[in-house]
Amino acid sequence: MTKIKCAIVGSGNIGTDLLFKLRHDPYLETALVVGIDPDSEGLAIAKRHGVQTTHQGTDGFRKLQDGIDIVFEATSAAVHRANAPVYQELGKIAIDLTPAAIGPIVVPYVNVGEVLDLPNVNLGTCGAQATAPIMHAISRVTDVSYGEIVSTVASKSAGPGTRQNIDEFTVTTARTLVEVGGADRGKAIIVLNPADPPIMMKNTVFAAVGSVDREAILASIEDAVAGVQLYVPGYHLKTEPIFDEGRVTVIIEVEGAGAYLPSYAGNLDIETAAAIRVGQEFAKHLLTQRGESVEAKA
Amino acid sequence: MAKSVRLIDSTLRDGSHAMAHQFTSEMARNIVKALDEAGIGTIEISHGDGLGGSSFNYGFSKEPEMDLIKVAAETVTKSDLAVLLLPGIGTREDLKVAANYGVKVARIATHCTEADISQQHIGLAKEMGMEVIGFLMMAHMISPEDLLVQARLMESYGADCVYVTDSAGALTPDGFRARVRALVEGLDVPVGVHAHNNLSSAVPNSLAAVQEGATVVDGCCAGLGAGAGNAPLEIIAAVFDREGYDIGGVDWFKLVDATETAVRPIMPRPQTIDGPALTLGYAGVYSSFLLHAERAAKRFDVDPREILLECGRRKLVGGQEDTLIEIAYQLSKEKQAAG
Repeated sequence: MTKIKCAIVGSGNIGTDLLFKLRHDPYLETALVVGIDPDSEGLAIAKRHGVQTTHQGTDGFRKLQDGIDIVFEATSAAVHRANAPVYQELGKIAIDLTPAAIGPIVVPYVNVGEVLDLPNVNLGTCGAQATAPIMHAISRVTDVSYGEIVSTVASKSAGPGTRQNIDEFTVTTARTLVEVGGADRGKAIIVLNPADPPIMMKNTVFAAVGSVDREAILASIEDAVAGVQLYVPGYHLKTEPIFDEGRVTVIIEVEGAGAYLPSYAGNLDIETAAAIRVGQEFAKHLLTQRGESVEAKA
Repeated sequence: MAKSVRLIDSTLRDGSHAMAHQFTSEMARNIVKALDEAGIGTIEISHGDGLGGSSFNYGFSKEPEMDLIKVAAETVTKSDLAVLLLPGIGTREDLKVAANYGVKVARIATHCTEADISQQHIGLAKEMGMEVIGFLMMAHMISPEDLLVQARLMESYGADCVYVTDSAGALTPDGFRARVRALVEGLDVPVGVHAHNNLSSAVPNSLAAVQEGATVVDGCCAGLGAGAGNAPLEIIAAVFDREGYDIGGVDWFKLVDATETAVRPIMPRPQTIDGPALTLGYAGVYSSFLLHAERAAKRFDVDPREILLECGRRKLVGGQEDTLIEIAYQLSKEKQAAG
């Protein structure tokens, strides 16, 4: 009747938001937070919450990893590329929030059930987490010959990693629209808006469709929104889906949960929330494999 | 000695907005040929929203932009070709393809507060031996001092020239002067300007900019461009010539001929400052929203000017065309609720 133990590697904003969200998790217990800077705010917060920490990076993780099953990687693509073999060697499941994309992209609402026997999965981009469920919802009821998304995020919520690698966002998101969203071809656009007060993350999904059964599409989208809301409560439609000749337009806003990060940072919230959802599914899977009860424990 | 001003034509790029991205290879060939003959040294050609702009959000190109670039590259004899790229829309891959067609100038554009998303793209363009022009769009939205901070970033990434880009046509000569002056004083590289005519100030703004030390000026034949259009290049050439600037061998008579023979006949409508276009300048809204606002207004039966005013209130930036649909939808709901 124990929870599955996890480690958060990376003590920046994302790692700390994960820590906050995992405080009362029914399936996961944060056993370790790994950083590289002894003075980092994230490590100090973790200590205050009674979580074991190390500032010795991967070496520290190796020493303290006993009993941990799942690692949330909240560092950078380069660090995860270096760490992934270590996790694999130690038999850990890696849930990767960096753009390293060693494992396949998992969007909980769409495909989490297909990845639970893999050692490494990737969360893709925030834009993909926000839009692939909708693209999937449309493509499962009608053929989508082309899918396009526009993600607009507050400038303040886009960190240096995103800014210096913006092509990574557009390329990875476009790929996810095809591989996970089910569109025949995909395109993604990202816009940063510096307005103050900061804007909520907004996503527009355009799907080129042939024949349209409006009722079926609407019902499918409704199911997707409800499905994502289970793990991202601030995920909602901004307008009703709009039908034009050969095109469906769906506009979604993502309000962050405001756990550690501000509520306008829905783009970061959806990443950490999706990662935790994936972690919970892995935890249930492990508990089942070990013949333990999977009843949620608050 | 007369002060030199380099003129860059953007008819086949910014003009793409006014054409709803329906340029054909034949049009591109005719325009490039006429500009080349008129002595224009640099000709920009891309989707209006830059490489990779062809989309639901911005409008699909009638012909792939790379096909048009290929035709342009086959047509030029003296001029260099330039492309525009907005990080977040186009990618480095697009830039590589364009460079392979012989494009020599990369214009990398960001919103005026977001220069740091251009580092990768400027870096690649420099690696490929291209000239790089940094475009700081919607320059009216921040102070001259803040604009300089962003311009210095682009310069530090390797830009050979940085632009004050009045994407909303919202600046009048004083505001334009102040921004150009800040960049001229604070940068080591040349400063360029790109004006829109929504407040009927594109030519006077460009002239004021050059008086403040800008040395590169954009324009389009007949002003063909987003919103009320750009500074008409044939007018820029004639005015600058008359004011005593050296415009680098550009023959403004031939530029007028190019406008009359290659551009005016294909224009879907005259480039005027109508109500919606004026509203762009008034509210400080990205000029290429014009046709999208008109379409959304028609689709949801609301006033395009109301949509554009709301864009200004929300401080939308370039690229947020999708939001016009949402605004029009909400205005129509409010209208219905009000009966």
